[in-house]
Amino acid sequence: MKAFTTLNGLVCPLDRANVDTDAIIPKQFLKSIKRSGFGPNLFDEWRYLDHGEPGMDNSQRPLNPDFVLNFPRYAGAQVLLARENFGCGSSREHAPWALEDQGFRVVIAPSFADIFFNNCYKNGLLPIVQPAEVVDQLFRECEAAEGYTLNVDLAAQTITTPSGQVFGFEVTEHRKHCLLGGLDEIGLTLQHAEQIKAYEAQRRQSQPWLFA
Amino acid sequence: MTAQTLYDKLWHSHVVHEEADGTVLLYIDRHLVHEVTSPQAFEGLKLAGRPLWRVDSVVSTADHNTPTNDWDKGIQDPISRQQVETLDANIKAFGALAYFPFKDKGQGIVHVMGPEQGATLPGMTVVCGDSHTSTHGAFGALAHGIGTSEVEHVMATQTLVAKKSKNMLVRVDGKLPAGITGKDVALAIIGKIGTAGGTGYAIEFGGEAIRELSMEGRMSLCNMAIEGGARSGLVAVDQKTIDYVKGRPFAPKGEQWDAAVAYWNTLHSDNGAQFDQVVVLDAADIQPQVTWGTSPEMVTDINGRVPDPAQEADPVKKGSIERALAYMGLQAGTPMSEIPVDIVFIGSCTNSRIEDLRDAAAVARGRQKAANVKQVLVVPGSGLVKAQAEQEGLDKVFIEAGFEWREPGCSMCLAMNADRLQPGERCASTSNRNFEGRQGQGGRTHLVSPAMAAAAAVAGHFVDIRSL
Repeated sequence: MKAFTTLNGLVCPLDRANVDTDAIIPKQFLKSIKRSGFGPNLFDEWRYLDHGEPGMDNSQRPLNPDFVLNFPRYAGAQVLLARENFGCGSSREHAPWALEDQGFRVVIAPSFADIFFNNCYKNGLLPIVQPAEVVDQLFRECEAAEGYTLNVDLAAQTITTPSGQVFGFEVTEHRKHCLLGGLDEIGLTLQHAEQIKAYEAQRRQSQPWLFA
Repeated sequence: MTAQTLYDKLWHSHVVHEEADGTVLLYIDRHLVHEVTSPQAFEGLKLAGRPLWRVDSVVSTADHNTPTNDWDKGIQDPISRQQVETLDANIKAFGALAYFPFKDKGQGIVHVMGPEQGATLPGMTVVCGDSHTSTHGAFGALAHGIGTSEVEHVMATQTLVAKKSKNMLVRVDGKLPAGITGKDVALAIIGKIGTAGGTGYAIEFGGEAIRELSMEGRMSLCNMAIEGGARSGLVAVDQKTIDYVKGRPFAPKGEQWDAAVAYWNTLHSDNGAQFDQVVVLDAADIQPQVTWGTSPEMVTDINGRVPDPAQEADPVKKGSIERALAYMGLQAGTPMSEIPVDIVFIGSCTNSRIEDLRDAAAVARGRQKAANVKQVLVVPGSGLVKAQAEQEGLDKVFIEAGFEWREPGCSMCLAMNADRLQPGERCASTSNRNFEGRQGQGGRTHLVSPAMAAAAAVAGHFVDIRSL
C-alpha cells in the first residue's frame, strides 16, 4: 500500500449528499479481475455523456461539461470535498481504487458510510470527517478561489487552509500507523499467528460444529 | 456479570487480540466468496505465496455475473465469463468447504445459498465481500460486508482488523397489519432513521412484530440494515431460527446439534442490556412501502404522494429531492398509486426466497400482466428455491400471468448481467437499492415488497395490495 504522510493538494468540490458506490464506479467495471485502471471510469455516468463499458477508449468519449470533475480548474485534484454519507451502498473496493487511480489521496466529508471508510485506509486513501459547518466553509472557499488547495498532515492530524486556518481530525492509532508506513496489514496480523491458532484450538473444543 | 446485548456477546466471543486503541483482531468463522470481489484477493495471496488459513471456512458460489436465461449457451459476455471462470480456477487451486459453481443445482445468490445450506449458523461471524452480508444477522450471527483487501486478510489470517460498533435497538411493537412484510418494515425503518441513521452501529431488530416475522422476513429486514447505514443487522435466536437451521446440509448433527442448540439459546440481549440508541416503531402504523427517489430513505407508503421539494427547509436535502425527482421523472404531489411501471423485477438477496415467491404468486394467480408493463422478471434466489417453487407450481402461476420465470442469480438488482433497465424505464423492484443507474443507466427504480411488485405488474401501476 502507498504510504500517506503529508499532502498539499488541489481541492475538487462534489456538492451532493449520499454519493453511493454505484455512482463512484458503476457495476459494469466490476467485471475486471485487476485492482488498477479504474480511474478513467470514476463517476462514469456523471462524467461522460455516453454509456461506458469496459474496454472502451475513454479518451475518445464525450465529457459532460457540467460535471465538476471535468472543469479545467479542478484538473489534477487530489482532495475530494464531499457531503454527508459519502460512499454509501455496496462494499466494492473498486470505489476507493477508482478514486486513488484518478489521483485522489484525501476525501473530506461530514460523514462516510462504514465499509467505504474502512476500505479507503487499505488503499492509501485518507477519509477525513469534519463537522458540517467546516465542510460548508471549505465548499465556499474552494468555489470562490481557483487553485484552492488544502494541506493535510496525517502525523499531526491537521488540515490547513491557504489562509492558515487549521482543523484537526480523528484517526485511530492503528490506521494512522499503517497508513503512515504504507504497511502490509496481513503481515502485521500474522505476527499474531500463534494467538490466532490458540484461539482457534479453544474454539474447536467448545464449538466443534464450526469445523469440518 | 453486566447485562450484554446480543452484539456485545457475539463481538466479545470472537476477539483474538486487542490493542490499546481498541482495535481488535476478530476471528471469522464463515467466509462467503463470490466472483466479483474475490479475484484481486486470491491474486494477492498468490503474489505473497500465502495459503488460505482455513479452507473449511470458505463457502462459495457465482451469482453477480451469471445469466438468468439460456444457460445452455453459457455466459455470453466474455468479461463476465472470465470473472466466473477465474473463481472456478481459484477455488480449485485454494480449496473450499463447498463450491456451487454456475449451473450447479445449489448455485444461487450468496445470501440465499448460505442460510439454505446451513453454512450460516447462529453465533458465527460471517463475512463476504458484499454489503448485503448483513442478511445473515437474521440468524443471530455477526455478519457484515467487507472490501476486497479484507477478503484477502480473512483468507490469509482468519481474522479481521476491526473496531467495535455502537449498539442500536430498533424495536417494532405490536402486530403487523395483514400483508405487511419484512421488506415494508425495513423500508419504514430506513424512512425513519435515514440511510446514515445506522452508521457506526450494529442494529438489533426486536419487538413483537420482529419475533412474528418468518426467517425469510427477518433475512429481508437484516439484508437492508446496510441501507440504513449499519453494516450489521441482528435478530435474536428463537425456536424459529433453530427450526430453520435443523437438517440443513452444513448444520450440526447428533450430539453436536444438542450442544449447539444449548449455546444458540443464549444468543439474545440480556434483560437490562444497554443500547446507545433505541428507536421504536408501532407495527400498526406500517403500510405497504414504495420508494419515490434515488435513495432508500426516499420512501413513503402506497397512500402517500411524491414530496414537494419546496416544503424542505434544509438546502442540501432540498437539492437531493429536486435531483431525485428530475432523475425519476416524477412531479411533486403525484399520488404513488398513479405512477405507472414499465418493468417489474421480483428477485435479489432481499426478496427471492420461497416465501417471497409465494407472496408474489398469490397476487399473480388468476391475473394477467397489465398491457403497459413490458416485462416481469421472476428470478429465484437459488437453484434450490427454484426447484421448490416448481414443486409447488409457482412457476406455472407466473408464466400463466405473463411473467418470465428465470434461472437464479443477482440479475436486475445490480444489472451486471444482461438483465437491465433501458434509460427512462420505470421498475417496481423487490431489490434493495434505488440509486441512480443501479438497475441500468438511466433506469428508475421503486423498491417494494414481492406482493406489491406483483400487484404493480397486474395493475400496471402501484396499487395497495390490500385493495386487490
